[in-house]
Amino acid sequence: MGLAVPRFWREIPYRYNLIGSRCKVCNRIFFPPREVCPYCRRKSLGKMEEMKLKGKGRLITYTIIYTPPSNFENQVPYAVGIVELDEGPRITSQIVDCDPEKLKIGMRVEAVFRKIQEDGDTGAIYYGYKFRPVGEDEDKGETG
Amino acid sequence: MRDVAIIGVGITKFGELWDKSFRNLISEAGTKAILDAGIEGKDIDALYVGSMSPGRFVGQEHIGALVADCSGLDTLHIPATRIEGACASGGMALRQAYISVASGINDIVVVGGVEKMTDVVGGEATNILAMAADQEWEAFFGVTFPGLYAMIARRHMYEYGTTREQMAEVAVKNHENGLLNPNAHFHRKITVEDVLNSPKVADPLTLLDCSPISDGAAALILAPLDEARKYTDKIVKIIGSGQASDSLALHGREDICTLRATVEASKQAYKQAGIEPKDVDVAEVHDCFTIAEILAIEDLGFVKKGEGGKAVEEGMTRLDGEIPVNPSGGLKAKGHPVGATGIAQAAEIVLQLRGEAGKRQVKDAEIGLTHNIGGSGASCVVHIMEVI
Repeated sequence: MGLAVPRFWREIPYRYNLIGSRCKVCNRIFFPPREVCPYCRRKSLGKMEEMKLKGKGRLITYTIIYTPPSNFENQVPYAVGIVELDEGPRITSQIVDCDPEKLKIGMRVEAVFRKIQEDGDTGAIYYGYKFRPVGEDEDKGETG
Repeated sequence: MRDVAIIGVGITKFGELWDKSFRNLISEAGTKAILDAGIEGKDIDALYVGSMSPGRFVGQEHIGALVADCSGLDTLHIPATRIEGACASGGMALRQAYISVASGINDIVVVGGVEKMTDVVGGEATNILAMAADQEWEAFFGVTFPGLYAMIARRHMYEYGTTREQMAEVAVKNHENGLLNPNAHFHRKITVEDVLNSPKVADPLTLLDCSPISDGAAALILAPLDEARKYTDKIVKIIGSGQASDSLALHGREDICTLRATVEASKQAYKQAGIEPKDVDVAEVHDCFTIAEILAIEDLGFVKKGEGGKAVEEGMTRLDGEIPVNPSGGLKAKGHPVGATGIAQAAEIVLQLRGEAGKRQVKDAEIGLTHNIGGSGASCVVHIMEVI
């Protein structure tokens, strides 16, 4: 399905730089950014501020995709996981730079900037975050 | 609020029905339901229809009016409304129809569900189904619908020790039941080994863990309980109705192994019905993937969280088990024309409660439950019915 470029362009800050949001009422952090805190609701209106996330976390669960959506056919098999960032939010992302068979729930991962998909041969190329495993010794984040 | 009865059911064959169009399917189901109830077109006050994505599957929107038109009801000018809630579209349409009769606004209502999925080619059906997930923050990154349930499955295996074999048992059981259902998409016995050795779709799920892409439709006729006897003596009463929502994306939920929408929707329905999970004699649950049936029996309270896999393995949910689940063959073997599913589940429970389910009849079934999920669990509708 061809989509106009602004649909992707407006999400660039969040997908390129992991900008989430923080509720200044309860201090909870969200990704993707939200306009309303689902815990404080009306009290949070106008009190959600953007916040850059560090891009470190641990793997909560994952799958290896063999039957992909059409824009991902040249990538199979590839791993997709849910990562819990150290700041709290959970995020769905491809897990790369590793043998998918060696992934483990609980392992430490970090964000990297990559090409995500392309809209056919002549359409836009979309970029954003993927995550890759990191050894515990290279990683100063909290362990989970 | 008035009591509401289901006085008629109609269902088409499910499968790859190349000779049937979207219009053929829904008008066939609707007319069967009307004949079953013994009503006439002029008795009908309103029409509701659940359909997930006719815009993408057959290039047609404005489905409410279309269905009234192709069913011969256009000359009656009744209100005709389409409801969308991904794979829960059918269940949601039933709930809206139920509310409209219970409220007193309408008396006789026809409610249908339909999806024509095999008019698109290649992987397009996978792309369309993925629209039920979060397009910007899940699907954009390459996760598919089976991929989301595969992530739930892996976490369930990690937290509770659920095994691949236990998941496969769900498919084996539902294919056994499907053999007894003439309308089922598949009439083929399979083994645990068949499931484990079938092609990988989204690890740990394989092809035979997944429900198929099907065409099909189903319809029901609803009436106020007080008037139901005018039309039929086979009356099934809706005694509980619940609906709930959750974050659209799987990653937005605190516990990946619990569908809170199921927990909340079933809580509402049990409370209204004044029953407990153990009172349910037969259930049709949303087994879009094998792991989904395990989640369903846990979140509906049939077993404790984490014990679903074991319960399936021990035969608790078989036709002759403690709580038979998916006697129709479920989404797995009966087929999953997404918009039709919620209505087809209710049609099966009505047949079971009337004692008209043929070779797959559950003995002495008096109370039945339907459980219809949208997306990876962002929507859920539960209905409880009793024969009177």
